[in-house]
Amino acid sequence: MIDTLIHILALTAPVAMIFASLFAFTTWLERKILARIQNRIGPNYINIPFTKFRKTFGLLQPAADGFKMLVKEDIVPHGADRFLHLLAPILALVPAMMVLCLLPFDLPFANESMKRIHAAALDNAVLLFFGITSINTLAVFMAGWASRNKYSLLGGMRAVAQMVSYEIPLVLSAAVVIMAVGSLSAQKIVAAQSTHWFIFTPWGLAAFFIFFIASLAETNRSPFDLPEAESEIIAGYFTEYSGFKFALFFLGEYLSIFAINGLAVTLFFGGGNGPWVQAHPWLSCVWFLAKIFGLIFIIIWLRGTVPRLRVDQLMAFAWKFLMPLSILNLFVAAVALKVQQPWLTWPLCALVLYAAAHGLSRLQQKNVGPRTYQYAE
Amino acid sequence: MSTAAPIAAPPYKLVRHDEAEAGLLEVSMGPHHPSTHGVFRMDVKLDGETVVRLKPVFGYLHRNHEKLAEGMSYLSSMPFTDRLDYFNSMANNWAYALAAEKLVDVPVPERAQYLRVIMAELTRLVNHTSLVGFFLNDLGALGTPLLYAFRERERILDLFEQASGARMMCNYFRFGGLRCDVPAGWLDRTRALVGGFPKFLDEFEKLLCENEIILARTQHVGVLSGAQAINAGITGPMLRASGVNYDLRKVDAYGIYDRFSFRVPLGAAGDCYDRFMIRMLEMRESLKILEQALRDIPEGPVMGNAPRVFKPAAAEVYGRVESPKGELGFYLIADGTTKPYRYRVRPPSLINLTVLEDLCVGHSIADAVVILGSIDIVLGEVDR
Amino acid sequence: MTSPALHEPVLQQFPATRWDAAARALIVPADIARAVAQWLTQPANGEFDYCSNVTGVDFLPKEIKEKTKNADGTEETLTRTEPGSLQVVYHLYSMRRRTGPLVLKQVAPREKPVAASLTPVWRSCELQEREVFDLFGVRFEGHPDLRRLLMWDEFEGFPMRRDYVEPADYEWEPTPHGEVLEKHRRGKVIS
Repeated sequence: MIDTLIHILALTAPVAMIFASLFAFTTWLERKILARIQNRIGPNYINIPFTKFRKTFGLLQPAADGFKMLVKEDIVPHGADRFLHLLAPILALVPAMMVLCLLPFDLPFANESMKRIHAAALDNAVLLFFGITSINTLAVFMAGWASRNKYSLLGGMRAVAQMVSYEIPLVLSAAVVIMAVGSLSAQKIVAAQSTHWFIFTPWGLAAFFIFFIASLAETNRSPFDLPEAESEIIAGYFTEYSGFKFALFFLGEYLSIFAINGLAVTLFFGGGNGPWVQAHPWLSCVWFLAKIFGLIFIIIWLRGTVPRLRVDQLMAFAWKFLMPLSILNLFVAAVALKVQQPWLTWPLCALVLYAAAHGLSRLQQKNVGPRTYQYAE
Repeated sequence: MSTAAPIAAPPYKLVRHDEAEAGLLEVSMGPHHPSTHGVFRMDVKLDGETVVRLKPVFGYLHRNHEKLAEGMSYLSSMPFTDRLDYFNSMANNWAYALAAEKLVDVPVPERAQYLRVIMAELTRLVNHTSLVGFFLNDLGALGTPLLYAFRERERILDLFEQASGARMMCNYFRFGGLRCDVPAGWLDRTRALVGGFPKFLDEFEKLLCENEIILARTQHVGVLSGAQAINAGITGPMLRASGVNYDLRKVDAYGIYDRFSFRVPLGAAGDCYDRFMIRMLEMRESLKILEQALRDIPEGPVMGNAPRVFKPAAAEVYGRVESPKGELGFYLIADGTTKPYRYRVRPPSLINLTVLEDLCVGHSIADAVVILGSIDIVLGEVDR
Repeated sequence: MTSPALHEPVLQQFPATRWDAAARALIVPADIARAVAQWLTQPANGEFDYCSNVTGVDFLPKEIKEKTKNADGTEETLTRTEPGSLQVVYHLYSMRRRTGPLVLKQVAPREKPVAASLTPVWRSCELQEREVFDLFGVRFEGHPDLRRLLMWDEFEGFPMRRDYVEPADYEWEPTPHGEVLEKHRRGKVIS
């Protein structure tokens, strides 16, 4: 009994610690990248106390932020539901941490008997992943409701609508890969990509784009960050949170970004596969993280570049564009996998998918377009 | 003087919305809000996400400017005009100087006229770049276009600092001319800036004006017809975006604007996208005016022979300029003393807000923020 | 400075108006003000479609001393009081014809400051007339939503009047509450 407990802890605790420290690094990375996109420098001020060392590049900023969050006063609005107010950030964080264990993240124990240990190598990992991440929707709405604030309520409602609608393209695009592999287990999916990654197939590429966009919407990142739209409803569903609860929300959001990107890497980029992995098994962990950070860089880049969509445009995008495209993608992938002749099916698939994307986006246009202007003398 | 009056109930009823709308969600946007461009409040009634009613509430920045001016001499009010529309201090100064110069006929020397036009057009560039930046910030492009626009604005503010001593509250205009001449090399630096500005505008247009998200969010949002605009007293780029050709630089031809050739861009649809694009196009026209003014500026004094003590005879005047926000007018009643009897500022931002409710009703709350951003208000001017 | 002849047609059409040469403005009585405004918007009569500025002006009663020579040659100083008035000044322009300004004034006595609202004719008067009501106290008949604009709703007094006396303590509200109420109950009013 105790052994299994220790065994479980030995597997899950490192994952939690690694990803929590990566969270701190990611906040620093985000601030620096956004700053550079915006032609400024970003945080570079925090230095090691009692020393004269000045070149920290702001790497201690997350530590300072964490400390600040811990010592802030915890304010619960008058008349708010205290229990739900407390429960919401916990409910946002715990599922994110749970699904991190499902990822095929090989722990770097480089010894013979524990060669490729996954924290939780389940047979239906992908299904469980989607099931657990949808608890996030509930947590967000709970936060909006429990704050007794109209802004938060608005933010919560928008968030629920957004997250529920983008679940479908997310799952459908993952279903393409599951269909190709024939299994829900993360390990088997990674093993099936040992020769080539699924992103290099036309249906895999389309599925990746759909998955990526839907994952932005699931985690409320720009351009789908309406629920936390700073310029309209201040901070949306976490307006009334301060101190450690806010930090928990933040942590939960970033961990769910890691989790969903981890799943994207597993499904489309081959998990931990990469050069020199056979010789040094611990490299698979490095490759896995490197790929996740590649996707995170793109996400941060999008945040700094693109304006925000309005809620009805967001819904229209999910239901009228992404969902038909992902269903079509499923059919195309099924045909391609059945026919089993890449030189024939790949160009056809690519053509069909491109035409569908183009046609669907044409349907969205409602006489918007660039204009020319008259001048008066 | 003590006010130990008993606390009585107010003898009037406050205006209340009718009970048919009682089931709607009432949100008060502001006065502390990242997007309301200052301390400004909008009481919004929402049906889901759609705005049903929107009542703006003003007065949070009321500083009693008009009453203060009644107790000061004419020239002492000049620094206060800087603080009206604090983004465009030079334009405010010129409007006041224009009104006062109508009271006492002081001829303004040529160099001062040219410099006034240069300062006014540089102010127009400052205002329109800031507006473009803030507008995109409201749309959700978290600060990137804003900071790019502010990079250009910083260069112009440096020029203002070299000329007048202050970046924003310039206090540069006087009755009959300007306070002092520009330093050596200033004109060359301005020519360099004007030469480099089109590159920034091109970059902005390429990045923004065909971006699908911006098109989808600003086109057909907040449509204002030309007739509605004229009747509501809208002026400035908002009026021209609705298709009405009325630019005070052409109509009144104050200063020496009739010597410059420039065009007035007009919009056709009157929505937020048109207001945004008209300001981008106006920046290009301002660059044309600047090039011509910098080419033709003569040497000479910058201050005319204004009377020592500004004591105009009893008269009433109304002087107006095309400030970047609209028609900024000063109504002055002189009564023969050194202080104005009545000093009134006609604020373009306040009057442009007359149609805010009409534009926002039927759109979602996210659009309300975008529409407010496209109207381009500054609370210093709205509340004075 | 009104351009010449812009006001002449109005004087002919509405004999109750008069032209004030010193202020270069048309004085219009309140009962026909809206009819005059409506008449002016028509294309045949100048097409003044744009009301640019609406202002209030407060003229206090003034004592004027005049020296006159009597019939028997002695000098005498007569004093007469010119009554005060609250005036509402409108600056009208025509956007289509690019003419203007035409200055209209509605003059009301200070004891009963009532004027006709021109908001039904030009919507730009809406917020500006509210401001005149707020700061000068002129009631506009026919205004759709006449309430204070810049001061808060429970404020008493009209600050821009020339005889306005500031309260000793701005924090004193008609319905104070919380700390302000406690302060006044304890008698701590700053005078």
